[in-house]
Amino acid sequence: MFPTILFMILSIALVGAALGVILARNPVHSVLLLVLCFFCSAVIWLLLDAEFLGIVLVLVYVGAVMVLFLFVVMMLDINIEELRRGLAGYWPLALAVAGFIVFAMINVILVRKLGGATLAAAPPLPEDYSNTRALGIALFTRYAYPAEVAAVILLVASIAAIVLTLRVRHGGKPQDIAAQVAVRAKDRLRIVKMASERRA
Amino acid sequence: MIGLGAVLTLSAILFAIAVAGVFLNRKNIIVLLMCIELMLLAVNFNFIAFSRFLGDINGQVFVFFILTVAAAEAAIGLAILVVLFRERRSINVEDLDTLQG
Repeated sequence: MFPTILFMILSIALVGAALGVILARNPVHSVLLLVLCFFCSAVIWLLLDAEFLGIVLVLVYVGAVMVLFLFVVMMLDINIEELRRGLAGYWPLALAVAGFIVFAMINVILVRKLGGATLAAAPPLPEDYSNTRALGIALFTRYAYPAEVAAVILLVASIAAIVLTLRVRHGGKPQDIAAQVAVRAKDRLRIVKMASERRA
Repeated sequence: MIGLGAVLTLSAILFAIAVAGVFLNRKNIIVLLMCIELMLLAVNFNFIAFSRFLGDINGQVFVFFILTVAAAEAAIGLAILVVLFRERRSINVEDLDTLQG
């Protein structure tokens, strides 16, 4: 009983936060509400026995991606009023498209009679089931090559982000390590041999 | 107990909200990116629900990859956004007409 109530509360919070994301006037509020969305989703995923992904969503998404969003939103000086001008006329279209999507999806659920299945009907998990272990075994055996491709994608993304935002400043005085290492004493120091002089 | 239909309906509502957000915030690239994140989250809900109700771990592996690609997309998208703002001092989609699109 408790999971069902928790699921309902979290669902309402999730939908409310998602509406807040798209309706908030200030992008900073949007980002913070999106963080709330991810938190609610993570707990729902925990209820659906996807523990590893729930934790990953909080650690990676809330911890890294959303903080990145927050940094960018706060760094850019955006004229919000100008961005929102003239968009009020779009809400009937938005409502129509969104309503159609929900209507179509619920129709599919009703036709396929997916609504009746509950977690009680789902395949029972073994006594010593570990979600992380099961996911790890799948990821490193059957999906080993896709996992490597995913790693390459992340590498490419991080290189791309750095290269895109890199700003080379001219007129700086950076160290040239190679020149410093290659320097010889005879280039810098001149030893002069001369007779000692007597003071007049 | 939590029903499969309930999770799928929640996912559909979330996706529809994200689509509506694309219409309502057509000019603001940051909110557009956030709407894309919401859509991916809705898709992940479907994968996780079916993974649990069919007793198949492969769905969760897919969610893992979707999260990876979404993180990469967000990083590159925000980097492009920062460069764009540096060039134009604006993130209005209507100002981005250099390619005559």
